[in-house]
Amino acid sequence: MKKLCASMAVIGALFMASTARATPATDELFARYKSEGATGFDAERGNKNWVKESKVEGGEMMSCTTCHGDDLSKQGKHHKTGKVIQPMAPSANTERFTDVKKIEKWFKRNCSDAWGRECTAQEKGDFLKFLLTK
Amino acid sequence: MQTKFKTALLAAGLMASGGTALAEESFSQWMISLTRHKEVKPVDNKAYKDECSGCHLAYQPGLLPAKSWEKMLNEKALSDHFGDNASLDADTLKEILNYAVANAADKSYYKRSRKIALATKTGDAPLRITEVRYIKRKHHEIPEKMIKGNKDVKSLSFCNACHTKAEEGDFDNDTVNIPNYPKWKDR
Repeated sequence: MKKLCASMAVIGALFMASTARATPATDELFARYKSEGATGFDAERGNKNWVKESKVEGGEMMSCTTCHGDDLSKQGKHHKTGKVIQPMAPSANTERFTDVKKIEKWFKRNCSDAWGRECTAQEKGDFLKFLLTK
Repeated sequence: MQTKFKTALLAAGLMASGGTALAEESFSQWMISLTRHKEVKPVDNKAYKDECSGCHLAYQPGLLPAKSWEKMLNEKALSDHFGDNASLDADTLKEILNYAVANAADKSYYKRSRKIALATKTGDAPLRITEVRYIKRKHHEIPEKMIKGNKDVKSLSFCNACHTKAEEGDFDNDTVNIPNYPKWKDR
């Protein structure tokens, strides 16, 4: 029984990995980030950065999950305005990562808000890689 | 008699359409319009609506004077928009600023906007709608527990927490419903 569960988990994981979807928008951005100096993108690194906490003005600890929540297939909530943020996971929200301008706009804003600086091409690519597996 | 009426109607129509070409909302349009402009002009620009409501209620331009929008809607100010980075690309920012300025309180004939324009005519340009004297006065009698102390309101800034038709630019008393205090009536 245990073995069956384990093998099912493996199959499940494989299935999940294979469903990591890319869109024309993300393809374009991966190419752009590479041309800006990034070398290969890693979902695991993206995941680590996604949950990494850093201090913002006011002494508050913040990470991407502060507003996007821990479950990316569910809605998040902006920590200040209370605005509902639609799920980040493309599996739950097919509109995600289909608009280059929108992706770049929010990277610029949210990196500044959560980390106090803009993200590098490498970091943005890693984030996309990670989020596309969701 | 009928011809006379038709001619008048035609003249009115011409005047109204002539007005549209000149400004967002002209004096003649306002005079002729059949709807009463009691409130604040609803937002009718897609970029403005989409970008602002991406984070919060798209506060109508008629809620602040042009000098306020000019102070708020520029690249530098938007990078720290009440503590958040709300940067926009140059083209979008230009469209939104132009729309806000053209429809600002001091350019509008809507009654509530006129009052806001009057209240902000002198002194520094307010950045917050809640700083406008007229808005303050209107909310003066509401106890703090119903706004700040109310978990479903939290701040006077969240117009639509109580103003059920805020998105349409209607802030009339009759449309107010304070969460958790449904029976409270403005005196």
